[in-house]
Amino acid sequence: MSTNPSDRSFLRMALGHPAFVLGFVLSALFIALALLSFIWTPFDPTKLDIAGKLKGPSFEHWFGTDHFGRDMFSMIMVGARVSIAVAFVAVGIGMILGVPLGLYAAARRGSLVDEIIMRGNDLVFAFPSLLLAIMITAVFGPGAINAIIAIGIFNVPVFARLARGGALSLWTRDFVLAARVAGKNKARISAEHILPNIANLLIVQGTIQFSLAILAEAALAYVGLGAQPPLPSWGRMLADAQTLISLAPHMALFPGFAIIITVLGLNLMGDGLRDLFDPKLRRGR
Amino acid sequence: MTAYFLRRLLSLSLSLIAASLVIFLVMEVVPGDPASFMMGLNADPQAVAALRTQLGLDEPLPLRYLGWVAGLLQGDFGISYTYRVPVSELIAERVVISLPLTLYALAISTLIAFPAGILAAARRNSAADLSVMGATQLGVAIPNFWFAMILVLVFAVNLRWFSAGGFPGWDAGFWVAMKALTLPAIALALPQASILARVMRSSLIDTLDEDFMRTARAKGLSRGQALRRHALRNALIPVLTIIGLQFSFLLAGGIIIENVFYLPGLGRLAFQAITQRDLIVVRSVVILLVFAVIVVTFLVDLAYALADPRLRRRRS
Repeated sequence: MSTNPSDRSFLRMALGHPAFVLGFVLSALFIALALLSFIWTPFDPTKLDIAGKLKGPSFEHWFGTDHFGRDMFSMIMVGARVSIAVAFVAVGIGMILGVPLGLYAAARRGSLVDEIIMRGNDLVFAFPSLLLAIMITAVFGPGAINAIIAIGIFNVPVFARLARGGALSLWTRDFVLAARVAGKNKARISAEHILPNIANLLIVQGTIQFSLAILAEAALAYVGLGAQPPLPSWGRMLADAQTLISLAPHMALFPGFAIIITVLGLNLMGDGLRDLFDPKLRRGR
Repeated sequence: MTAYFLRRLLSLSLSLIAASLVIFLVMEVVPGDPASFMMGLNADPQAVAALRTQLGLDEPLPLRYLGWVAGLLQGDFGISYTYRVPVSELIAERVVISLPLTLYALAISTLIAFPAGILAAARRNSAADLSVMGATQLGVAIPNFWFAMILVLVFAVNLRWFSAGGFPGWDAGFWVAMKALTLPAIALALPQASILARVMRSSLIDTLDEDFMRTARAKGLSRGQALRRHALRNALIPVLTIIGLQFSFLLAGGIIIENVFYLPGLGRLAFQAITQRDLIVVRSVVILLVFAVIVVTFLVDLAYALADPRLRRRRS
């Protein structure tokens, strides 16, 4: 965004893009709920109340209570924290490892290193990601940290490929040539000239990967391999709801809505950012 | 074409070898000795050692890798640690559920995505386009296992049209078995249909802007005729890539859905094997799925090269 001549016009355009605004509001809502859960939740999300179990939504318990009488709304707030943290760190790992790999491959285009990095990426893509994530967490023990690693690994090739593709087209440009004539080495050019110019691409993809990571985390938690009890998690709340679905459908509905709204928000925001960053579309407006 | 084919075949073999090496080595570093796992906690160390020898776990690493690959080539995946039967038998039992489920889901996904994508592209920016795009946004945001639970709630618990899970087996009759696979297939198909519809739409929109479409209209074809005869065929290439990818994704992605519906498929087999440390079963299923992805990608590439001579030259 720093390359944009006027940040104020970018903001105005962003506000005029309804899908982006909707996506931003939805994602911000859950990030805010997650942050708020650190200082306040309506009830203690781990407090059991067997007498008040499986209550439907009411004025007191907005989203009802689960099979142990825990307040669903409080659990969803804390669950947001877990989902967002796991997804955020997993995508961060993918970026931190993947982007330098991709930049390096692009700087040494056609070399053996480039070939090895790209073929390695193809190989990771060929593996059934969910199955391997389940394997990693099952073997090294279920928990939030291993879920992060399992999801993060599959983000590495995504960012490596994206960074390489974006960088390759920039290496032929005049300003890169000028930097080389000025005596900068390839690593410096990659960091100072290539990276800022592919930042937009990376941000857009990062948003999309973030939403995919939330879905992956929910799936892992659903099969019991995510964050462990008593820490609430959206996926495990759904697993608990499954056997009680005819008795207490609200137990399945609300965590599901939380996942859908968060993922939908991130996707809309990502698509919106892509439109806003794309100069071709911008001129057309 | 022959040269192209041979080059692709060589790269296919290299991928398969690399994949098998990676899977073999990953399984080696996995903590937990299968022999002591099979014998239980209080096992006699001598009995465990004997079992290790019997399972061939004492041989040097390269020898075991070669032995494994030689077995794979003959369809011999080894003996399951926990079930004590050949893994190939276990897999054969499960594939007859997972493969039809995958094809069923793919068929549903295509049947939804094609009309939706074509409609959205043909009437770009109309209300129909907006609804299709909105629906696909929702479709990719819904976790398929949650959707599966809602399907069970509505169609099994409330309406009682389907059973909530399990599989009667193909012996119970083709339609009975297909009925048991219907809800799982719909749950699997939903996100895939959304992705496919979006690809169909954007690919068709790109094609509609091509010069040959203007020529087709100029020679007197109606919009619909030009779309059917010229645009669709050209727009299909990226769509077929995605269908190829989705096939392999669905085959592996059934792991969660098979758990929701208690279907004894490949995914459930892998999941149970992982928790029981039955490494031979795990690596057999993983390598089978990885091979499926690599081979399907290869076949899709080859199909393009046959259909479009330009691709043969560009890639050589």
